[in-house]
Amino acid sequence: MNRHLLSIDDVSAEDIVRIMDTAESFREVGTRVIKKVPALRGRTVVNLFYENSTRTRISFELAAKRLSADVINFSTGGSSVSKGESLKDTALTLQAMGADAIVIRHSSSGSPFQLTRWVRGHVLNAGDGTHEHPTQALLDLYTMRERLGRLEGLRVAIVGDVLHSRVARSLSFGLVKMGADVTLVGPATLVPPDAPHWGVQVSYDLDEVLSKLDVCYLLRVQTERQRLEYFPSVREYARLFGLNRSRVELLPEGSLIMHPGPMNRGVEIDSDVADLPQSVIEDQVTNGIAVRMALLYLLLGGRRGDGEEAGDG
Amino acid sequence: MASLELLFRGARVIDPRAGRDEVADVHVRDGVIVDIGSGLDGPSAEIVDGNGLVLTPGLVDLHTHLREPGFEQKETIETGTRAAAAGGYTAVAPMANTDPVADDASVIAEVRAAAARAGLADVFPVGAITKGLEGEVLAEIGEMAAAGVRVFSDDGRCVPTARTLRNALTYARAFDDVVIAEHCEDASLSSGQQMHEGISSSSLGLTGQPGAAEDAIVYRDIELARLTGGRLHICHLSSARSVELVRRAKADGLRISAEVTPHHLVFIDEDLRTYDTNKKVNPPFRTEADLDALREGLADGTIDAIATDHAPHAVEEKEAEFDRAPPGTIGLETALAVALTELVAPGYVTLPRALESLSSAPALILGARDHGGPIEAGRPANLVLFDPEEHWTVEPPFVSRSRNSAFIGRELRGRVRCTMLHGELTIAEGKATR
Repeated sequence: MNRHLLSIDDVSAEDIVRIMDTAESFREVGTRVIKKVPALRGRTVVNLFYENSTRTRISFELAAKRLSADVINFSTGGSSVSKGESLKDTALTLQAMGADAIVIRHSSSGSPFQLTRWVRGHVLNAGDGTHEHPTQALLDLYTMRERLGRLEGLRVAIVGDVLHSRVARSLSFGLVKMGADVTLVGPATLVPPDAPHWGVQVSYDLDEVLSKLDVCYLLRVQTERQRLEYFPSVREYARLFGLNRSRVELLPEGSLIMHPGPMNRGVEIDSDVADLPQSVIEDQVTNGIAVRMALLYLLLGGRRGDGEEAGDG
Repeated sequence: MASLELLFRGARVIDPRAGRDEVADVHVRDGVIVDIGSGLDGPSAEIVDGNGLVLTPGLVDLHTHLREPGFEQKETIETGTRAAAAGGYTAVAPMANTDPVADDASVIAEVRAAAARAGLADVFPVGAITKGLEGEVLAEIGEMAAAGVRVFSDDGRCVPTARTLRNALTYARAFDDVVIAEHCEDASLSSGQQMHEGISSSSLGLTGQPGAAEDAIVYRDIELARLTGGRLHICHLSSARSVELVRRAKADGLRISAEVTPHHLVFIDEDLRTYDTNKKVNPPFRTEADLDALREGLADGTIDAIATDHAPHAVEEKEAEFDRAPPGTIGLETALAVALTELVAPGYVTLPRALESLSSAPALILGARDHGGPIEAGRPANLVLFDPEEHWTVEPPFVSRSRNSAFIGRELRGRVRCTMLHGELTIAEGKATR
């Protein structure tokens, strides 16, 4: 594996299998009474969050703590960042404090790349602007493999605001890398015109693709005013692209419904659909911890305590 | 090290305006060229051996940001003209987006005075088209024209409405061939933009601006030039469609000229894949097809000039998140070598054409009569002598106060040995003389 996880480009198909296999073995830790292994004892992991994201931060925090690492949460509110400190100076400060890994969430695309120029530790991208969110994609791949037994040849639709979605980018790149068959679905204004170059297909008609899917992956629709220039109304969006009960009927038996959360119930997904057994949204959350444990472990080259040692970077 | 009398001996003299390309001697005395020919004698002259070197008119930059007044942490007139001299320039045209904006004759006078104190290059300030660059009320073009300003631009901002630009083009007609220079960009199509919209922006997750943001305004402006008969200059072209629009406008006989930057002749959108903020520029780097069209446009004369758009920014401004970093790259110290390495060596343009686009063509647009040749007896001695073969790698520090160069790390060929401004060397043996 590369030294950092900045985008799905940093991992090969073999790396992805190794990450998923490692996560598999860590999943069991989460079921113990004492949910902890000493793999990263004495190592320091910093969660550097420039954007609010309670679930991703907590997931990384739990992952690091279950590996016995020391965890520092550095969020923008009330910190030196709100006093105007630059990303570079913050990075140098964390470096000076001996951070072994920095998990960064930032509203600017590419910030994790810039961070690598200023710190010696490993950098993990926890979502950068409208670029990528590679750990989310890896936990989604893990969940699909766990439920469906394979990734190759899986037919997956990613539905919604692909243009602004870092989840859609990472997941598309990851799925294509693993040999899945990806279709992006959404209003034409919210699918990048150059998306076919990612190796995916594009459709503007959800009903037409549903019957051919193994996974229907719904993206959160941003309903802030500046996004509304891309489609006429939330109502029209829900009518054309919302997953409701009658659309679920079109999905083949055994197919999955996924969502990275947090959901807008009643917009991209109807409330009763989110609670169907084929909806694995909670599994995604649980698996997220195991996958992030695997990533920290593999990147930082931790010891499991049973003699096995991960490679360094 | 003011040299009153100097003889350049045995250099390849390339003088695009006179159509000269031959080995010759050039004799300079008291600020002017006194003779050109072979086997010249100058018993009292200092001799500069030009063997293996090229002697050509001093370079002229149509598009420079010297940042003074107002942004002296980025560049000053003194540091900027020093960088210009180091790059072989004898004349530069600083843009009006200073603080205060160069939208009246007093700011123009202040810039000229500072340039004269530095004495490193002739400075031809560009005046604003509209007051405060706000795109609404015309600046005092008449007063500035009377003060000798030849080019007007709201650079960095496109004149927002066709009506205002029409008035500017029409109004300017009264003042002796004044040029209206436009930064062509439809703001509504480029809002929030960080790069060219295309395959790369789609995977990098950066907001793009399509080539159409430029093309639509180039088309608008050409039609307004046709309507008004005004003289239009298109700044830093970046797209293939725009090159074609300019080509057709010229074929129609319109009074139109255009420039391209050295960096747009080298980089494309894919080069942003590491989020290097030094490669964030406006207009953005586009595609391979656009790059090809720009090279072709420069070769066939559709694009008149190479202009640096030298845009210094402080280190901390560029060492920031990509979407927060200001656009622009410095360019005065690298333009000549970039042209030699990336255009002449691969055969896209000939050496004389490259030098024409760096000196005589921009001098004509700028009305810089002392610059751009011809190299003839009686003409002001504004010259550059360079080694076309010397290899070097672009690395900080720069002569410029800033170091935001898109070319850092790039190996280039061609280095300035002497820059001569009105008969005095500003650069001698590759080093500043003062």
